[in-house]
Amino acid sequence: MGEPGLAVIGAGPAGLAATLAAAARGVHVTLIDSGAQAGGQFYRQPAPGFRARRPQALHHQWRTWERLRDGLDTHVRAGRVRHLTDHHVWFVERRGAAGLTVHALVGPEQEEPAEVHADAVLLATGGHEKVLPFPGWTLPGVVTAGGAQAMLKGGLVLPGRTAVVAGTGPLLLPVATGLAAAGTTVAALVESADPAAFVRRSRALAGRPDKVAEGARYAGLLLRHRVRTLLGHTVVQAHGAERLEAVTIAALDRHGRVRPATRRRLVCEVLAVGHGMLPHTDLADALGCRIDGTDVYADDEQRTDVPGVWAAGETTGIGGSALSLAEGHIAGRSIAARLAGRVPDPGEWAAAARTREKLRAFFAAVDSVYAPPAHWAEQVTDETVVCRCEEVSSGAVREAVRELGAGDLRTVKLLTRAGMGWCQGRVCGPGVAGVAGCAQAAGRTPFARPVPLGVLARAGETREPQAGESGEPQAGAERAAQERHQ
Amino acid sequence: MVGAACALYAARAGLDVIVVDRGPMAGGTTGAGEGNLLVSDKEPGPELELALLSGRLWADLAEEVGDAIEYERKGGLVVAAGPDGLEALEKFATGQRAAGVEAVRVDADRLRELEPRLAPGLAGGVLYPQDAQVMPTLAAARLVRASGARLVTGAAVTGVLRGGGGAVRGVRTGLGEIHAPYVVNAAGTWGGELAALAGVHLPVLPRRGFVLVTEPLPRMVRHKVYAADYVADVASDSAALQTSPVVEGTAAGPVLIGATRERVGFDRSLSLPALRALAAGATRLFPFLERVRAMRTYFGFRPYLPDHLPAIGPDPRVPGLFHACGHEGAGIGLSTGTGQLIAQMLAREAPALEPAPFRPDRFPAPGSPPDSEEAT
Ligand SMILES: Cc1cc2nc3c(=O)[nH]c(=O)nc-3n(C[C@H](O)[C@H](O)[C@H](O)COP(=O)(O)OP(=O)(O)OC[C@H]3O[C@@H](n4cnc5c(N)ncnc54)[C@H](O)[C@@H]3O)c2cc1C
Ligand SMILES: Cc1cc2nc3c(=O)[nH]c(=O)nc-3n(C[C@H](O)[C@H](O)[C@H](O)COP(=O)(O)OP(=O)(O)OC[C@H]3O[C@@H](n4cnc5c(N)ncnc54)[C@H](O)[C@@H]3O)c2cc1C
Repeated sequence: MGEPGLAVIGAGPAGLAATLAAAARGVHVTLIDSGAQAGGQFYRQPAPGFRARRPQALHHQWRTWERLRDGLDTHVRAGRVRHLTDHHVWFVERRGAAGLTVHALVGPEQEEPAEVHADAVLLATGGHEKVLPFPGWTLPGVVTAGGAQAMLKGGLVLPGRTAVVAGTGPLLLPVATGLAAAGTTVAALVESADPAAFVRRSRALAGRPDKVAEGARYAGLLLRHRVRTLLGHTVVQAHGAERLEAVTIAALDRHGRVRPATRRRLVCEVLAVGHGMLPHTDLADALGCRIDGTDVYADDEQRTDVPGVWAAGETTGIGGSALSLAEGHIAGRSIAARLAGRVPDPGEWAAAARTREKLRAFFAAVDSVYAPPAHWAEQVTDETVVCRCEEVSSGAVREAVRELGAGDLRTVKLLTRAGMGWCQGRVCGPGVAGVAGCAQAAGRTPFARPVPLGVLARAGETREPQAGESGEPQAGAERAAQERHQ
Repeated sequence: MVGAACALYAARAGLDVIVVDRGPMAGGTTGAGEGNLLVSDKEPGPELELALLSGRLWADLAEEVGDAIEYERKGGLVVAAGPDGLEALEKFATGQRAAGVEAVRVDADRLRELEPRLAPGLAGGVLYPQDAQVMPTLAAARLVRASGARLVTGAAVTGVLRGGGGAVRGVRTGLGEIHAPYVVNAAGTWGGELAALAGVHLPVLPRRGFVLVTEPLPRMVRHKVYAADYVADVASDSAALQTSPVVEGTAAGPVLIGATRERVGFDRSLSLPALRALAAGATRLFPFLERVRAMRTYFGFRPYLPDHLPAIGPDPRVPGLFHACGHEGAGIGLSTGTGQLIAQMLAREAPALEPAPFRPDRFPAPGSPPDSEEAT
């Protein structure tokens, strides 16, 4: 297919920054993303044809985005960058000295194979939202905070006029103000973080004046739209017969337990709920990359521990778009140097490295402040479904732990089928782990996308087989082809 | 799985049993494999006898806990593409019948009555009604529970305690000592390491296998279906990747396709050639699978011994030490028979089968000339 060079997976801030940095230094880049346009989560674009009225009203940092987009256009026109949209990567294959192959699915049904050969791969696949279960969370009308934001940015209409935004994390602020600006009545922003924690970490949080200003700007916006912010509160239940009609919220004590006699009901048609983000790790995991906790490991140059594979942005840890940009930039420069056979000089990217360091410290502080209530799982009744795909109740998970000796997420899954459905535990993993009371491991879901068996059976057929390249004789497929019986 | 079955039958023989594992329930190979209980792939000999005994015991257990362990006696269908393969398969089946296996010849025109979605043009096959299945993790968990044994998880065994005359007196674990006059080594792929803690040689080695899991479907595959080259693979000594996947539908919906057999040590990286071979084998048998999606894959390391038979029984070198490991790709199926043999030997009753072929001390200790099979 294309000539080898760098394949960047993910066209969000990290992938774009890396693409521009590498292409500017003469690297042939193939930028691959499942979306129809570049931008990732942050610069999510209204679909073309939809006449967005002043999209910049929703997108601050619009200028950064314009610079990235224009830079990409220039490189694409000059033939230095190939931008593959609507390409869903399911697997990245190591081929030893032959480099790497990115296996993707294309077409309206995602059934056709596409393969990209590369000398280096950057994983810039970002993260996905984490949502913890509570009674009533499966009712229609309950959406993820990111989902609500995406509907807004994508120009879609929200399924109701009164909303509650709840959970924890800095993402709830833009979601609440975005909904309010779009004309939704936001009955409350319910944040479980302990107000005292903000005070304790105020020094660390103040280390980033721009971020504090951003916070202050949101506070101003919330005020202007008369959005009530309830810190140290949580949603304990969502109510409704056919669909969401109201939620019950309650105050939390210092230990993260619901305080008695603080429950009250808020009427709403939409509940936008989120409990932070988790990195996408499946491609890295299948490549054999080291994963620390929930994050893909990367060194100072953004290299993983697998030769030829770099990682940048939220796949290496959640930290916002500015951090993703800095990491992507460093990765692009490191790759350009390494592909040219040069050891890069970190001095080249000193400014980006400083930004990276500061933002990581800032988000470590953010992480310590924004946390789901320590005892959230106590609010999950035995009848509550925790895994929607397989319809596994919280009670079944608890029984597996109590009665059958399940001590980790994998065993809980095998005993109850929780996490075995379409989402493969990406959605329910943290919830199931919390209810089971076991550690939340990065999910092992080797295919980043479900792949048709016919495509899998022929994966990699476009290349010349090379003897011994993966330590396993090619003979397997052929041998299975001839039927033998001795 | 093997430890769970030993616990069950030993408890039923009147012993007081403690199950110790360093991980959670079924955290070893049992949670990483499939639950086929097959007689179809075994040639006449000690393994087949153990499989037939185990099959009867599984059927009894199914009466007690059948649904909870997802026991299903759905039968296996082994197919051959060409006349040569069919002839060899039929010859193999004849030998099995003499050993007590039910094996029904299926002509080409009847194949699709049994399996409507099978590829056209196959030469024929043999139906094995005794082939059954369980869900391994559920089975292990339920058997331990049914045994009433005490379960200690998260406790790695770090030493075997010996008393006067070298006899076993218990084990040392990360959570303290556990005293017992008998210790059963059911550590699967790590059975060799456990044996070494007691100072004896047992060359258990890992053999990697991958399984593919598809999206959930309505029941489209009725039996366990596989191509005849499987039988040759099981007894093979070649280190090369060998595949002829068993394809089967599950009660929960997904189709399972497995498994590959490779000797690559404990390599945990995903192998595309292995997965490709599974997908190719499955789509050849069932063309409709071409468009069905694989959701995930998982893998485990089968415990194998050089002669492909498990080690079952007392270790004459260490009084009180018993072994029950090395069941390779059949440890779920063979677990019940193994458990019963161990219980009978612990209780000094006559074993239901001749245990000699499974003697744990049948492998020469290191230092003696290397075993030619081990060298492969
Ligand atoms: C609702 C919401 C509001 C936010 N508000 C702010 C804010 O106000 N300020 C701020 O700093 N940050 C905000 N963020 C966070 C910001 O969006 C992220 O920090 C940033 O987008 C991360 O950039 P990234 O490049 O690492 O990943 P992403 O932007 O997530 O990009 C990853 C890309 O990879 C693609 N991808 C993933 N897997 C595959 C695959 N298998 N095949 C092909 N393509 C794939 C995805 O389609 C995506 O385009 C917000 C996020 C959300 C969800
Ligand atoms: C892909 C695949 C497919 C398979 N399909 C089938 C099939 O269809 N049918 C079938 O019958 N078999 C199948 N098998 C084989 C089967 O899974 C194994 O033979 C069986 O699980 C072995 O069981 P076990 O109890 O001996 O070992 P394990 O399940 O591995 O149990 C051994 C236990 O010992 C523990 N342990 C190890 N060392 C220590 C220590 N020092 N201290 C404390 N605990 C320790 C481990 O934590 C582990 O839990 C398959 C295997 C694979 C990999």
